[in-house]
Amino acid sequence: MSAHDNHPEGVAHHFESASQQFDSGKLGIWTFLLTEVLFFSALFVAYTMYRNNYPEVFQFASQYLDTNLGALNTLVLLLSSFTIAWGVRNAMLGETKKLTINLIITLVCAAGFMMIKAEEYGHKFHEGTLWGGHEHSIFKLDANDVDPHMAEHSLAFNNPDGEFTAAVKDLDPEFRQKLGIFFGIYFCLTGLHGIHVLIGMILLSWLLIRNLRGEFGPKNFAAVDFIALYWHLVDLIWIFLFPLLYLIS
Amino acid sequence: MAPTTNTLDRTNYLNATKGFMSWFWTIDHKRLGLMYLWSVITCFILGGFFAMKIRLSLMPGAVDFATQTAEQMNAYNNAFTVHGAVMIFLVIIPSIPAALGNFVVPMMLGAKDVAFPRLNRFSYHLWLIGALLFVATLIIGNLDTGWTFYPPYSTGHTDPSVITAVLAAFILGFSSIFTGLNFIVTIHKMRPPEMTWFKMPLFLWAIYATAVIQVLATPVIGISLLLILVEKTMQIGIFTPELGGDPVFFQHLFWFYSHPAVYIMVLPGMGIMSELFATFSRKPIFGYRSIAMSSIAIAIFSFIVWGHHMFISGQSQLMSVIFSALTFSVAVPSAIKVFNWISTMYKGSISFTTPMLYGMSIIWLFGIGGLTGLFLATLGTDIVFHDTYFIVAHFHYVMVGSALFGFIGGIHYWWPKMYGKVVDGPLAKLGCLLSFVGFNMTFLPQFVGGSKGMPRRYAAYGSEQGFDDWNYWSTMGAMVLCAGLFIALFALLRSFFVKGTLAPANPWGGVTLEWQSPSPPPEHNFEIAPPVVGDPYDMSLVEYVSEEEGFLPVNPRSDDPCVADVKPEEA
Ligand code: HEM
Ligand SMILES: [Cu+2]
Repeated sequence: MSAHDNHPEGVAHHFESASQQFDSGKLGIWTFLLTEVLFFSALFVAYTMYRNNYPEVFQFASQYLDTNLGALNTLVLLLSSFTIAWGVRNAMLGETKKLTINLIITLVCAAGFMMIKAEEYGHKFHEGTLWGGHEHSIFKLDANDVDPHMAEHSLAFNNPDGEFTAAVKDLDPEFRQKLGIFFGIYFCLTGLHGIHVLIGMILLSWLLIRNLRGEFGPKNFAAVDFIALYWHLVDLIWIFLFPLLYLIS
Repeated sequence: MAPTTNTLDRTNYLNATKGFMSWFWTIDHKRLGLMYLWSVITCFILGGFFAMKIRLSLMPGAVDFATQTAEQMNAYNNAFTVHGAVMIFLVIIPSIPAALGNFVVPMMLGAKDVAFPRLNRFSYHLWLIGALLFVATLIIGNLDTGWTFYPPYSTGHTDPSVITAVLAAFILGFSSIFTGLNFIVTIHKMRPPEMTWFKMPLFLWAIYATAVIQVLATPVIGISLLLILVEKTMQIGIFTPELGGDPVFFQHLFWFYSHPAVYIMVLPGMGIMSELFATFSRKPIFGYRSIAMSSIAIAIFSFIVWGHHMFISGQSQLMSVIFSALTFSVAVPSAIKVFNWISTMYKGSISFTTPMLYGMSIIWLFGIGGLTGLFLATLGTDIVFHDTYFIVAHFHYVMVGSALFGFIGGIHYWWPKMYGKVVDGPLAKLGCLLSFVGFNMTFLPQFVGGSKGMPRRYAAYGSEQGFDDWNYWSTMGAMVLCAGLFIALFALLRSFFVKGTLAPANPWGGVTLEWQSPSPPPEHNFEIAPPVVGDPYDMSLVEYVSEEEGFLPVNPRSDDPCVADVKPEEA
């Protein structure tokens, strides 16, 4: 088995060369990202379809989303994209310490994003601005079906301060029901995105551990490169979600 | 004289390591292929059990139309749902790509493994989890939505078995995606430099086209099933009419995957056909490029015809007309393939081996299945045929008659490579013959019944409706088919116990690279790497050598141990 004796170091047995191995990984991760895009696609199609059919509902519903927190989250993720991109460069140049710092900043941003998101979700649950099927939702076809407790304390339901055009309880029933659909889509999209952020955090932590063990360098940075690509996609999806959900006018 | 080079005592991938973990935790594509193979066969028997249950309960007199009880109807709904879901998600979709593809693709490329062997193992484990969840579904019972999981059946009603079933299908989807991804990268990056795209065996083209569909379509069903899951457990409302949702939207998403999925099922079978027809006609395949390109064309077209499943679901008439026209166009690349196979046989010296018999059966079965698809693509006729047994017969002709027969033909074709045994005796041929006869007996009557208006998914029919004869013949046919398939399986299993008939490296005279490796192959596929790459269908590259009881390369490499043993004077 002479082929084995001079097999290049760090290259799996079934690859001929390091470049073949790296190129395969690259094509693999890009293909995977494509499947991710398609995975989200159905929800984007749902969004487009319902927004097209009920533009006023979407406009109205968007007011319940906290644009400031959404914008803040956008900035947080943009920063994390920047630091992870820098991290790839660090790995290529063998700058282990800088890579550690960049990975930590990226991780902190990701955690910050999730905390802000949790804050937003908490508010929604408190107000009952939820998908129609939830027991505490205020978007029921029949306003009398709204949980009395929510009906009493939810600002959105009663709208005492005139912040919005109308109180939810005075809306047309069909309109109110479709608001529930908007929030169904909102929670599915942001929830799925949040799961991807969590998975990203696991992957980033794994990179961090490996980096602390000194595994990355000019000859071995593929993992950093590929996970960074994944992270950019997660950011990119949010870049679409933010205007589509928060900035409807 | 038994071929000297081929003994099972030689170290090969089957006996190199031993023990449960050496299989369960393997990253060898060949072992994974075999594990898929036996897992799929097990599920096929399970699905087949439910098929027989369906056919027996439709036997005239078994369930009385006028006095049928709710339990009988529920049992029937459960049987056809489980049958469909198991056969589609656990059997046909993984059959050729995951089982045979895993075994053959790297070998055809002259490679040592797929690009990502660990991911490959992960795919298999995902498949196992999916299968176990299905078993859980069976235990919970009462899955009755049909394999299509349409809301509001799947979301409204309270049975928890929908949850496990949908979760299973979701996980199986990811298994399929990762397999496809692996093959795409493998075919792009692991081809030997001399093997250009147009020197690739057609099976690889077919697997490549399939992988593209797996990667692009499967995520969409993944998310749709996930939505069904949250819809059911948390009442999200996107599909549920009571909450203002749109159930037809689910149908669009579902068929956006599931139409391309029918090509995930049938394209690999077509790839096997191309190999069989060239090898057993001892002629270069006719129209190589048009077969290769038609696979790609089918993959592309398959994404834009899904609306033909929804002609009467309430999509706009304009949409229906467009989908109808596009659907017709799919028939063109399909027909190109059939004509090319037939032309390959023309003036060839055909050997009627078992794999070839399966291949030739498929010409008929796919012909009928494909042509009846055109009846369904026609708007006027589909209004009559939709949801009748005509549909049932159509898709069984394509899915069983073409995809599954292709799978079985492929198993026979590569069995010598997998286990070092040739299975080509009268018993195997009898299995094929009975399956062919039984299959037609089962499903031809369904075309007739369906065109007379016999609706699908009913637990019983009244005698006065006049479907009894068709149901009778169909059930009888199912028994013949069942017998045929068991005989085929028996013939395969028997080969393990027959001593002394060890397969040569190349029993059939195939020119693709896997035949340059001994049977069964060593752990890393080829004893000397890489093998010689030539035109995959140039039959003059191999010749029959009687001492070897098989074929050998005409210009053997001097360093090839297989050859050196047999013909030392020429080496
Ligand atoms: C040759 C081209 C084909 C054409 C033109 C065609 C056309 C159609 C049409 C129009 C329908 C919908 C009928 C209805 O529901 O009213 C249909 C159903 C179906 N076809 Fe095909 N088909 C073709 C090939 C295939 C192949 C190759 C497969 C599978 C390997 C397949 C599997 C199915 C299945 C599974 C269904 C019904 C699914 C269900 O309702 O449960 N078809 N076909
Ligand atoms: Cu279709």
